[in-house]
Amino acid sequence: MEKIIEINNLYKRFKDIMAVDDLNVNVYRGDVFGFLGPNGAGKSTTIRMLMTLIFPAKGSIKIFDKPLHENRNYILSRIGAIVEKPDLYNYMSAYKNLEMLGRLSGRPIGKKRIEEVLELVGLKERAKSKVKTYSFGMKQRLGIAQALIHDPELIILDEPTTGLDPQGMKEIRELILYLSHTEKKTIFLSSHILSEVELVANRMIIIDKGKTVVEGEVSELLKTPWIKVEIETDEPVRCAGLIKNSGWGTGFESVKDNIVTLNMEKELIPEINKFLIENSIKVYGLTPKRSLEEYFLNITEKGH
Amino acid sequence: MKNLIGFELYKIFRKWRSYIGFIAITLLVLVVETAMYFEGDKYLHFLTRSLQDTFFFTGNLLNGYLIAYYVLGALVIHIPFLITLVNGDLLAGEATMGTYRMLLSRPVSRFQIITSKFLAGQIYSFLLIIWLGVLSIGLGTLLFGSGELIVVQDVITVFSKDDVLWRFVSAYLLASLSMGVVAGLAFLFSSLVENAIGPIISTMTIIIVFLILSAINIDFFRALKPYLFTSYSMDWRLFFGSEIDAGEIWKSIGVLSLHIAVFYSVTLFIFKRKDILS
Repeated sequence: MEKIIEINNLYKRFKDIMAVDDLNVNVYRGDVFGFLGPNGAGKSTTIRMLMTLIFPAKGSIKIFDKPLHENRNYILSRIGAIVEKPDLYNYMSAYKNLEMLGRLSGRPIGKKRIEEVLELVGLKERAKSKVKTYSFGMKQRLGIAQALIHDPELIILDEPTTGLDPQGMKEIRELILYLSHTEKKTIFLSSHILSEVELVANRMIIIDKGKTVVEGEVSELLKTPWIKVEIETDEPVRCAGLIKNSGWGTGFESVKDNIVTLNMEKELIPEINKFLIENSIKVYGLTPKRSLEEYFLNITEKGH
Repeated sequence: MKNLIGFELYKIFRKWRSYIGFIAITLLVLVVETAMYFEGDKYLHFLTRSLQDTFFFTGNLLNGYLIAYYVLGALVIHIPFLITLVNGDLLAGEATMGTYRMLLSRPVSRFQIITSKFLAGQIYSFLLIIWLGVLSIGLGTLLFGSGELIVVQDVITVFSKDDVLWRFVSAYLLASLSMGVVAGLAFLFSSLVENAIGPIISTMTIIIVFLILSAINIDFFRALKPYLFTSYSMDWRLFFGSEIDAGEIWKSIGVLSLHIAVFYSVTLFIFKRKDILS
């Protein structure tokens, strides 16, 4: 399979902090690649190195099978990216931002393409408004629009759902899936939320303190059957009591407000739902949760 | 590169602060010309007081040219502040807004970005001086008409009406070269920080310190003078000397151009190696 990004033994140090420490990453054509790690793990530093915003101390980066720094302009003309916050020129309209940035992308960008991209991110109606009047969510979508304006093959998204409401997060997920499945783009998606990546990515890497913790197929890595489940009910105490006194008791974790939390096998979620309903507990929600922190603990305990 | 320079100029002229210079110059020229309209005779009398017993002055001496000469002398020392407002923001402003990331993620080299921004800053400074020229000569001749230009330097020289315009054009060009140095210095400071206030204050501090050093009449400071770019900021007056000192003019052009080239090169050197962390 064709490698789109190939990072080998990458290092970057800021004074006393080793931000990226012997990092190796491979992203293949067509991947939605999850780049995961807690805050401060070195994700944004790595992305900045991919975009030539900062320079590696050591190591090599190849994109589209070419060394990055020797082929910078050629490579960047085929990449669209949001690096951290979607900061654009606030005193210009969305349309003007895209027009100006499009012109710098090495490809002719016409009015039709600008409108097409604005439509795709749902900003066509506000195209002529100044960016300073936009909400954070709208700026985030405009950030994605500027990444897509020159129809790049590789899209790098650095925490694209940060600061968005659940509806906004869902829209971004759908957009990522559309870009991957319909437009056949390769996507490098950085996030600190495992469940977000799990929903869209086919491959992922988890890094911490600049080092690789684990890398592979999402389906393989998250195969572990045990997950945390949150049960929303109006009788949390009775629900917790029932769980503790049943066969589910060993997985019981906590009761807080209207939420009862327990650890259990994913396959058994319908069973517990049935059990609670049979015991006249009104279940308003049953949400499987898998946090990056728990996943970390899980894999470190297993000795990865 | 043409696209980039256009983009940079567009960005400059979409910001309110870029018009402060033009507005300030317009207001100052209007104030000076209004004052001259009412009090110009007194100024002319003051200017020619030592000659009035010997010579008889005739014709329209209080004219647009005299006022333009006066305005250029009075304002050229203050224009650097207006120039640093924009040039100090050219790079630091991108860092403050966070737009560096987006701009430098495009397939344009850092050399192209620095060069286009630098040229846009120089064009802005040039336009500011040209505006000063157009306004002071245009409005001056409209209000006061044209005529011979009387200039008091070491000696008093009277230039005929036909001999004046080229001197003004040359003087404005040399003045804009001097402003180009200020723009270059502010641009250099702008590449070092992430907030435009620092470059504005640093540039103005350097100009003020240099002006003070130039003004101290001690041998040590006199020896320093040729190395201070501010020493050349009033050299536009060489075009209004009784004789044109081409050697001095070329020296001034050389020193000012060298300063601009050095400031640009240092900025480029720093920026090409800079990690963008904003």
